[in-house]
Amino acid sequence: MNIQAMAQDVPVEGEHTVEGIDFITSGDQYLTFLLAQEQYAVDILCVEEIRSWEQPTKIPNAPSYIKGVINMRGIIVPIVDLRLKFSIGKANYLETTVVIVLTYHSDDKSRTIGFVVDAVSDVLNVESVDIKPAPAFGGCVGQQYIDGLINSENKVVTVLNVANLQQVEKHRLQS
Amino acid sequence: MSVDLSQFIPSFLEESFEGLALMESGLLDLKRGDNETIHSIFRAAHSIKGGAGTFGFDNVTEFTHLVETLLDEMRDGRREVTSKDTEILLDAVDCMRLLIEAARDNQDYDHDKVAKTSSRLSETLGDEQSTDSENESNSNIEKKDACGYNIKFIPEHSLAKTGNDPIFLFSALAELGELTICANTEELPALMDIDAQELYLSWQLTLITDVEEAEVIEIFEWVEDECLLTLEPITNTSDDEFTQNLSEGVNSIISEPSVQPQLPSKAANQISLASTKVEHEPDAVIEEKSKAAKGKVKADLGSIRVGVDKVDSLINLVGELVITQSMLSELGNDFDMTKVERLTNGLEQLLQNTKELQESVMRIRMLPISFAFNRFPRLVHDLAIKTGKTMELVINGEQTELDKTVMEQIGDPLVHLVRNAADHGIESKEIRLANGKPEKGTISLDAYHQGGNIVIEIKDDGAGINRTSVLDKAIDKGLIDANATLTDSQVYDLLFEPGFSTAAEVTDISGRGVGMDVVKRNIQALGGRIQVESTLGKGSTFKVNLPLTLAILDGQLVKVGTETYIIPLISIVESLQIDNNLINRVSGDMVLYRLRDDNVPVLPIYQLFNLETECTEIDKALLVVVEADGQKVGLMVDDLLAQQQVVIKSLNDNYQQVAGISGATILGDGSVAMILDIPGMINMALEQAQRAQRVKTDGNSSVAAELCL
Repeated sequence: MNIQAMAQDVPVEGEHTVEGIDFITSGDQYLTFLLAQEQYAVDILCVEEIRSWEQPTKIPNAPSYIKGVINMRGIIVPIVDLRLKFSIGKANYLETTVVIVLTYHSDDKSRTIGFVVDAVSDVLNVESVDIKPAPAFGGCVGQQYIDGLINSENKVVTVLNVANLQQVEKHRLQS
Repeated sequence: MSVDLSQFIPSFLEESFEGLALMESGLLDLKRGDNETIHSIFRAAHSIKGGAGTFGFDNVTEFTHLVETLLDEMRDGRREVTSKDTEILLDAVDCMRLLIEAARDNQDYDHDKVAKTSSRLSETLGDEQSTDSENESNSNIEKKDACGYNIKFIPEHSLAKTGNDPIFLFSALAELGELTICANTEELPALMDIDAQELYLSWQLTLITDVEEAEVIEIFEWVEDECLLTLEPITNTSDDEFTQNLSEGVNSIISEPSVQPQLPSKAANQISLASTKVEHEPDAVIEEKSKAAKGKVKADLGSIRVGVDKVDSLINLVGELVITQSMLSELGNDFDMTKVERLTNGLEQLLQNTKELQESVMRIRMLPISFAFNRFPRLVHDLAIKTGKTMELVINGEQTELDKTVMEQIGDPLVHLVRNAADHGIESKEIRLANGKPEKGTISLDAYHQGGNIVIEIKDDGAGINRTSVLDKAIDKGLIDANATLTDSQVYDLLFEPGFSTAAEVTDISGRGVGMDVVKRNIQALGGRIQVESTLGKGSTFKVNLPLTLAILDGQLVKVGTETYIIPLISIVESLQIDNNLINRVSGDMVLYRLRDDNVPVLPIYQLFNLETECTEIDKALLVVVEADGQKVGLMVDDLLAQQQVVIKSLNDNYQQVAGISGATILGDGSVAMILDIPGMINMALEQAQRAQRVKTDGNSSVAAELCL
């Protein structure tokens, strides 16, 4: 795996730790990532780990967006391809393709799922008032997955709802 | 004494719940004049009362005191044991459980129920015991006038050994009022004969106070079994006299050098309440196993009681492991090829040790199934009363061991099945007699091992399942086609459909049709199955098959396309290379393989799981013949790989149950492999076949039926 190539898209660690002091002091932090040229964000506290793509073990008769499961330090973690799940284009697995492993704690249990995205881009520092509701005008991504929009410079970042993202739909048998 | 008592609360709670279970099962077994059982019930109640008092759960103490009084009368033979009393006591046990649970969770409880039961208790006590209660009220009146007590405290010699120290008692008494102590040293032997651990003294105490008698007695609560205690209230008139008499004695106690012969054991005194409790229930300790068996079931089993032998064997094994390890590391220090043999030997030993260690650790998780069974006598007892039927419960194989996790989760489904047996299965007395059956219905619970599984059978000798009414209902609900032909097992399977109930009327016990589907789901989630057998008029049997443990499995690794799957070794009958001559294609596209006399249907895994593989030709593949629920099928795989033990990881944690897959595991190279769920796969194949048939407009539905036989 070409780490150099990854490093171009993933911000250098050093820069971040300096800034880190600032963003802890105000607002919540969001990890943003790229999916078909668009920016998306998830609550950084849910991020368990960022891994490089590896071929998972297939789950029989699973929907196509579920790529399979991997072994993350002894835990079986399902891998969801976000592009396929949101039906935004076809995923092609490049060197920059990464898996963001998210853990969401609901009342009684927690669930860990890995999401395949094109690349991880940045960490944003956002006050909750700056998250604007998303207008419900089309778009491929279901409304239940969207928490709101953030204006970052001249771009718009979609904040995803991790709780709903973690819901696994029951799969049906295809014959 | 400032010991933080709160640290003992969890163990108090645990012991209390065990005590309650003990009381409950004791009460259900109670026969007239069975003193031993009454004693054990009494002891359990007494321990709970004592413990609750120590930890300040006053409502528990008060309530238990009533129970104890009633039990005491039974114990002394002052009261006949009637079934009415038993009922009240059972209710009381429920209330105690309620109170203790409330104390545990710091929550409120059902005051009404407790108040009702406690008034019933006092009523019962009052009825036949008017004389006693009169006495009591007399003494109450006396107490009002009394301004103190004259206490005679003659402890048994062994008192100090049980962790009690009179000094603490006295200082507690002194807090209640003005205390004068007079020690009686008459029994003190010569110095050379003194056993330092024995207590030879007795005391005459005078307490000037206005507190209630009960409060004074409470102080002696821990020792009252081990001493002679007399408590006389003193009235004003006699008061001065006594004090004078005793004040002389006080001087003598001060000048007495051997007041505390129990000093050496003092350290031991403080160990814990536990030691005191042990003294109260010596048989409970000896019969650890049977007691553990009767432990709590309802609450989560946060901790397990493990026999010392099991722990000892673990320690031994760890010792061996350490020896092997040091041998191997020594070998590695300067290794050359001449030592290869010793290395292999060492590695073999390591393998052996690891295996044994694994087995021992698994054994720790194994508990006798009576943990799950012990709630049923009460349940059936209550159901019998509620339904007005007569029935008895027969339990067999309660010592069969089962993994703790399985145990925790099988309880509720079993309750459901037993309720069903009592409510739907067993007929009313009149109908039974009319059908020439004994008046008393029997529900039996059986547990036994079969292969790597444990089988639990819930059997009743009731009416059995009426096939036609099940079918009618299913057609009514649109679950099946009106003219479908179904085998018996398929019909019984309908019972597990959501919203299905054949009970003519809905009772509060069962019949709402919720539950059986949950039962099936729960059992399946545990990797188990449920089968129904029934004969109309004779009764029905629900057979629950459960894996012994959820953690580890012997598996055969197989390859299908790019994927590796694991087939549980237990379900494999044989693996073979396909002989083309033995392949038969019948009834259209069904492939059968002739295995000696059997025709085994062939299931290509790649088809079932929608995989891509180059090996789609049946004659190039290998066949693994597996069996589940009496049905043999041949799984078509590309290749057989190694056999190994795998640790089962649930897919449920982060994903969901997947049809045909019972779990996943991590292989030696770190990759994940799926473990096949053979019965699940057979069901999948059946469903697929049925769907395919429906598409083809029912051509020959009898083939499908044949398949499920």
